[in-house]
Amino acid sequence: MHELSIVMSIVDLAEEQVKKHRARGVDRIELDIGALAGVEFDALDFAWNAGVKNSVLATAQRQVNRIEGKMRCMKCGKEFTVTEPFQPCPDCQDYLNEFLQGKELRVKSLTMKF
Amino acid sequence: MCSTCGCDQPGGITITRAGLDTVNFSPVSPSSLIQPQHHHPHTDYTRVIELEQNILEKNDRQALHNREHFQQQQVLALNLVSSPGSGKTALLERTLTDLKGKHAFCVIEGDQQTMNDANRIAATGVEAVQINTGKGCHLDADMVHRALHQLNLTPQSILFIENVGNLVCPALFDLGEEARVAIISVTEGDDKPLKYPDMFASSQLCIINKIDLLPYVNFKVERAKEYARKVNPTIEFLELSTTLGLGMTSWYQWLEKKLAAKARQLAENA
Repeated sequence: MHELSIVMSIVDLAEEQVKKHRARGVDRIELDIGALAGVEFDALDFAWNAGVKNSVLATAQRQVNRIEGKMRCMKCGKEFTVTEPFQPCPDCQDYLNEFLQGKELRVKSLTMKF
Repeated sequence: MCSTCGCDQPGGITITRAGLDTVNFSPVSPSSLIQPQHHHPHTDYTRVIELEQNILEKNDRQALHNREHFQQQQVLALNLVSSPGSGKTALLERTLTDLKGKHAFCVIEGDQQTMNDANRIAATGVEAVQINTGKGCHLDADMVHRALHQLNLTPQSILFIENVGNLVCPALFDLGEEARVAIISVTEGDDKPLKYPDMFASSQLCIINKIDLLPYVNFKVERAKEYARKVNPTIEFLELSTTLGLGMTSWYQWLEKKLAAKARQLAENA
């Protein structure tokens, strides 16, 4: 359940920003989470409710942008979508791929109340 | 709230040097509501702040700090990850005993509960600190940093960090290590690398342990290697039996190779 640590890190980050901007609270939080980031989305939902209790995110609306995994084959250069980090190139079946996107784990934006 | 498990206790992490009293640490609690500043009247408006900030930045920053510390001290720090029961502690006991006098060692042990592993290490004469994560499922860079403050890390030593037995969560948390070593034992399934790809993708070495039991189990070494290479084409392998001492020389050579590479790298940067 490292998802709870992740939620607590998000809470830390949001509280820092609220303090910095002297805001009253957070209305909305937008997260970018890659399909290959090692985060279970159901576990994140579960951890969210426990983690944001009594924090600046307690009533914040949450939007999660799920970013699909993309790789480029280092042999033939084909770019392709993956759901697992070890999928072979669909054309030449090679496993040596360059990672392009899908490991994002970031807070994209915060909508603050003043 | 506890930032490890979400329970209502202030935090369940303890860090204890083997042979000393327990020190309790409460993780920084982020749960207090920020009080609005009341010296100006409220205007009711909202503003979007574009952050684009990495959620694990705090951990990554601390890991970088640990890494710099290891670099300065010329310490080879290795993060040992596996499922529970793969033989991490037994591997360390054997290594520390065999290489006694050849190198200086320190060990950080991570477990949810008990001092057992740190005590086993301390019995070999090597300094060990136990981190008990309570309900937590992994070590993070801050826990390692705090543990370091309880160790007398000597320059050019080898630091083994034995992570909590778990092939999922520790994959995400950089501790500042030089290399990650994943250990699987042949009593597990040989498809572990496919089932837990993140861990094998982020490791540089895969140790296949308990090979003395191969005649009794359905584990195919070549199949396990093939699966691990699918996840990580550059991963290295060693086959060991720590109880019988099989293959240990190759492990010690791997450590020497890492130490030499580190010394070379330092000389180049000097």
